[in-house]
Amino acid sequence: MYEYDRYDQAMVDARVEDFRDQTRRRIAGELTEDQFKPLRLKNGLYLQLHAYMLRVAIPYGTFNSRQMRKLADIARKYDRGYGHFTTRQNIQYNWIKLEEAPDLLAELATVEMHAIQTSGESIRNISADQYAGAAADEICDPRPWAELLRQATTFHPEFSYLPRKFKIAVISSKEDRAALRWHDCALRIVRNEAGEEGFEVYAGGGMGRTPFIAYKIRDFLPSGQIFSYLQAILRVWNMHARRDNIHKQRMKILVHDLGEEEFRRQVEEQFEHFLTLGTDFPQAEYDRIAAFFAPPPFETGLSDDIDLSDPDFALWVDRQVIAHKAPGYAIANISLKPVGGIPGDISAEQMERVADLAERYSFDEIRATHAQNLVLPHVRKADLYAVWQALDAAGLADANLDLVTDIIACPGLDYCSLANARSIPIAQKIAQRFADAERQRDIGELKIKISGCINACGHHHAGQIGILGVDRKGTENYQLLLGGSGAEDTSQAKITGPGFDEEGIVDAVERTIERYRELRTDGERFLDTYRRVGMDPFKEAIYG
Amino acid sequence: MAEAALRFRNDDPVEEPAVTLDAFIEQTSASAVRIEAGDDPRRLIPHLGRVKLVEVGFPRFRDGRGFSTARVLREAGYDGEIRAEGDILVDLIFFMRRCGFDSFAPQAPLGRADVDAALSRYDYVYQHAADGAVPIWKLRHG
Amino acid sequence: MRLLTGNDLKSGAVIWWTGRDWSLHVEDAADVGEAGEAILQAEEGARRVNTPYIIDGTPTPGGPRPAHIKDRIRALGPTVRPDLTLKPADPAAGDWVI
Ligand code: HEM
Ligand code: SF4
Repeated sequence: MYEYDRYDQAMVDARVEDFRDQTRRRIAGELTEDQFKPLRLKNGLYLQLHAYMLRVAIPYGTFNSRQMRKLADIARKYDRGYGHFTTRQNIQYNWIKLEEAPDLLAELATVEMHAIQTSGESIRNISADQYAGAAADEICDPRPWAELLRQATTFHPEFSYLPRKFKIAVISSKEDRAALRWHDCALRIVRNEAGEEGFEVYAGGGMGRTPFIAYKIRDFLPSGQIFSYLQAILRVWNMHARRDNIHKQRMKILVHDLGEEEFRRQVEEQFEHFLTLGTDFPQAEYDRIAAFFAPPPFETGLSDDIDLSDPDFALWVDRQVIAHKAPGYAIANISLKPVGGIPGDISAEQMERVADLAERYSFDEIRATHAQNLVLPHVRKADLYAVWQALDAAGLADANLDLVTDIIACPGLDYCSLANARSIPIAQKIAQRFADAERQRDIGELKIKISGCINACGHHHAGQIGILGVDRKGTENYQLLLGGSGAEDTSQAKITGPGFDEEGIVDAVERTIERYRELRTDGERFLDTYRRVGMDPFKEAIYG
Repeated sequence: MAEAALRFRNDDPVEEPAVTLDAFIEQTSASAVRIEAGDDPRRLIPHLGRVKLVEVGFPRFRDGRGFSTARVLREAGYDGEIRAEGDILVDLIFFMRRCGFDSFAPQAPLGRADVDAALSRYDYVYQHAADGAVPIWKLRHG
Repeated sequence: MRLLTGNDLKSGAVIWWTGRDWSLHVEDAADVGEAGEAILQAEEGARRVNTPYIIDGTPTPGGPRPAHIKDRIRALGPTVRPDLTLKPADPAAGDWVI
């Protein structure tokens, strides 16, 4: 895992003091809220319904036990004993005081963490495959590139006051576990015919009120030129993009307005220019970073057998454990979706239990996933039983990965000042309706994603079943969408028809699922059936 | 034309009024030009030989188009004055200096102490820009 | 009735204008009538409140009830964490929101 040197530390420390000064000026009245808001947002601090909310970056989703313990300390000391993992590999605290935020950031900096560029019109925390460095199907570990880009895009002087947010994701496998093409800029590491590594580049994706799936704008970019290419994209957007309508300033709108061809032409033109400036990081710097991500010292000669005689454990293994590239090891997924719980929420005590397990059983590594779950990436198969027992004792042993109760939900109207409707209670009611483990397994893979408003933080556009909260004459109302995907078969979900109230939406989901069970052929997932039969049979089941 | 309240140059300020980009390109005798957010600064590049002052407008401080404008001109080799005019907060100055601005005409006055603090807060930078600062990766590898 | 609300600048806590001062409890909120905008300007200027705004409410025996669900959730706390609301001991508190 990457470790800061004195330069990285100096940057983060300086930012803490910068923010301390900005906060002081706000409280002293030297800055108005209008002036302070963009500054605090560049440091992840929102004003929410009940308090300030702080979003802390977990760069490319990788962190260690010391960092997790610090997150737990912070939850206790500055918040109310818990945190919320988001769909972009960040963690949010809901009860932060403005006057304490600088101290909180100073504590985070002691474990090489920060909230830099986790919101606002900036280049955001870069997300990556949560199984990076462990997945059997990856070409290479994408995280050295993500870290290199983290540095290159931190306090970028030209691109710190962008038209809107800019989100980057990096993966290096065919299977997409990072909702790649829903990002403004998506990078997939590939090999060309000569065997060289490079990037397949996609641009112009995003959710929000005008969803777009990113277009591929480059088949192969030599990896060492990525910073030039990224700056070219950003400059085309920054110079062109309108500033008169906040809803039309995301890069996806520009790509769409210019057209894919013209956008690509302009980017290539700028790219040629940037190549002449010598701003790309050299191979030596990539190598320095990559050394931190060298595979941990995996033991050899381990057995691949797992004793599955405990039936509950066997069910957990079947659902939560994924193939690892090293023999004798496995990737263990930790569900943050207990039935009736709040998707993505975790208590300080649970954070500490996960930290203990990572330290003892997973080479001190933890991952956060875009589906609001956690991962222990490198567990010896022989240790899985002990891990499971400890998770079970901490209330973290649900076996529902990618099942109907593994719901993504944004904070919604329970916390969020932009919300139209609550999201969490809908997630809880659906999970309770489908709590029966047998029923969940029978239904199979089904990704439900819920947002409390059009901003789509809960990824409803990418839900196999998506739910969108709307305000209908002052009451909460929910629209149902079907057929989205955030995986390699990316697609945008479509609205079924008129919306529902709180009970109605749960019934509508159930009717949709029951119709799927009638229609499916052997081995078909919900999404496959939907794609084969289309919307009509489901509409009929839902609206009669 | 707004007078620069803060200047990081030793030469004498240009007294001539800045004209619009269109006017500048037509009036071959002009030497000061004002670029509004939304103008394409690359149109000025063929005429850089006679430019002595570029004033870049910041209508709202959140409008960051002017950052690209300055850097584009510096990359094209322009070494005359580039002045930022408009809604300029002290929190922008560091980034503006890095993009090549060397004078400032903020609508609301900035405290000199705040400016100095903002400019000296970060000892290092992660990437190249128009200011010649050496990026961290270069310090690491000597 | 018209209520004036916002968040405390330093702590972020939800606050309600009582006629003289700010309170954490919507029960204490006063009808600001036509005076809301002036109080809002003054209080924001004095940095006692962040992002203040005026809402409609109805008087009830238990105190003012904000017209919109969003402000009722602000007044109580998150409905999904009754333990963290202003009325942790009242299991029925959430019903007031809906
Ligand atoms: C509670 C405070 C939050 C606020 C105020 C907020 C605000 C927003 C806004 C305004 C957008 C729309 C951006 C646009 O269209 O340009 C957005 C998008 C998004 N947010 Fe949030 N958000 C919050 C929490 C979250 C959480 C908890 C998550 C993760 C679960 C999240 C993940 C996202 C994602 C993935 C998008 C879609 C990005 C896209 O449009 O491409 N946000 N958010
Ligand atoms: S989708 Fe809307 S309600 Fe949900 S967190 Fe985002 S902004 Fe808030």
